[in-house]
Amino acid sequence: MTHLVVVGASLAGLRAVEAARKAGHDGPITLIGAEEHLPYDRPPLSKEFLAVTDDGSEPQRPFFREHSHLTDELGVELVLGAPATGLDPLARVVHVGDRAISYDALVIATGADARGIPGSETLAGVHVVRSLDDSVAVRAALDAGARTVVIGAGFIGSEVASSAKKWGVDVTIVEALATPLVRATGSEMGHAIASLHARNGTTLLCGNGVAAIEGTTAVERVVLDDGTVLPADLVIVGIGVTPNVGWLAGSGLVIDNGIVCDEHLFTGVPGVYAAGDVANWFNPALGRRQRMENWTAAAEQGAAAARNALDPGNAKSYGTVPYFWSDWYDVRIQFVGAPEADEVRLVEGDPESEATGRWVALYREGDRLIGALTVNGQSEIMKYRVMIARGVTWDEALEHAVRRADLHAAKLAGAPA
Amino acid sequence: MKVLVDFSKCTGLGICESLAPDFFEVNDDGDLVLLKDDITDDELQSIEEAVAGCPTEALRIQV
Repeated sequence: MTHLVVVGASLAGLRAVEAARKAGHDGPITLIGAEEHLPYDRPPLSKEFLAVTDDGSEPQRPFFREHSHLTDELGVELVLGAPATGLDPLARVVHVGDRAISYDALVIATGADARGIPGSETLAGVHVVRSLDDSVAVRAALDAGARTVVIGAGFIGSEVASSAKKWGVDVTIVEALATPLVRATGSEMGHAIASLHARNGTTLLCGNGVAAIEGTTAVERVVLDDGTVLPADLVIVGIGVTPNVGWLAGSGLVIDNGIVCDEHLFTGVPGVYAAGDVANWFNPALGRRQRMENWTAAAEQGAAAARNALDPGNAKSYGTVPYFWSDWYDVRIQFVGAPEADEVRLVEGDPESEATGRWVALYREGDRLIGALTVNGQSEIMKYRVMIARGVTWDEALEHAVRRADLHAAKLAGAPA
Repeated sequence: MKVLVDFSKCTGLGICESLAPDFFEVNDDGDLVLLKDDITDDELQSIEEAVAGCPTEALRIQV
């Protein structure tokens, strides 16, 4: 019987296992995870899990499924608590330390690890926010009133900063670049979104790198390149992630910004597929190679990779209009499509005005709509996701935007004061 | 078959709207509105995708 092995026990790995059973796979399944924990949901780690609660208790830990559900109902053998250490695709074996696990079909979903700052790892109070354990430690520090410095004004850093602010602690964000979020949203919208910090009373220092993180056993201060000294009890490092591919050295898989795979999530090595943050795949929906770092892609790719791995003769391509969201303060930021654009145009709202309101920006590639960003635009964003999937022209998208903005303005004008 | 929404879990992320816009729409307040709930055989696949795509596991299909 075909043995499906899934390496990586987070969202993509879980969805691979679930999709395999749903597709009728009745052979053995092994799920290998580096952490001791059962699969859990990561978006809450920088949001709800760091929230202040009425009674001061820790929010429920965001595990997806009970242990018994995974082992009994899904019939999965769990190998948790140690990372995979090697892959031998000729022998079709995954190594976990001394243990060799044979596979017939393999889904690699080892995700990505948050980058740290070399030299600071041994100081207490310096954290990334990637794992449940990280988030538990950060929550405890906030509860103790830690003076907080967030390094990196990207989405994770900004979410943690906005969560920290609600604890009433001092929060400062430092960002090496002059404008945050340029890679994810472009410079104009990066600037606009970053203004949410000042609007909510969080200090954001841009254009200044970190020279040193100092302390004896625990962190005491962060020193910036211009000599600024920021006292700190808690330092959050949010400077991006690196795909977990080190264990694949010598495996013959093609590694280039993750595991290179085709539109079927196939690596080119018989039986081996990749999914989630570690997969650099060709996205037929946008006609380009992408490596995603978002919930939706992990969930969908995990399922698609497992189905294709188990039935390669009927493999289906996986294409999507990427989507991610981020919650800061009381604002929801949503993005669909790709941010690399010939033009970014604000079509609704005014980031220079004091009220946040609703902002909508569209991203053009050639004469096609390729992306959309909304702030407080939950009613708008998915209409653009559908339009991007349909391949609508830039002009069609602009006409739609005008109609929607007029409708919204009329509604606001008619609303009781 | 019907699609059911657990509004205590839903936060209006809207992925369902992009997969099945005849059923789901997020309004100006950021809340999900269920436009209809009866599912035909032709619509089932898109609803299954919406159920799988919901980050808060707020959707399910009642047979």
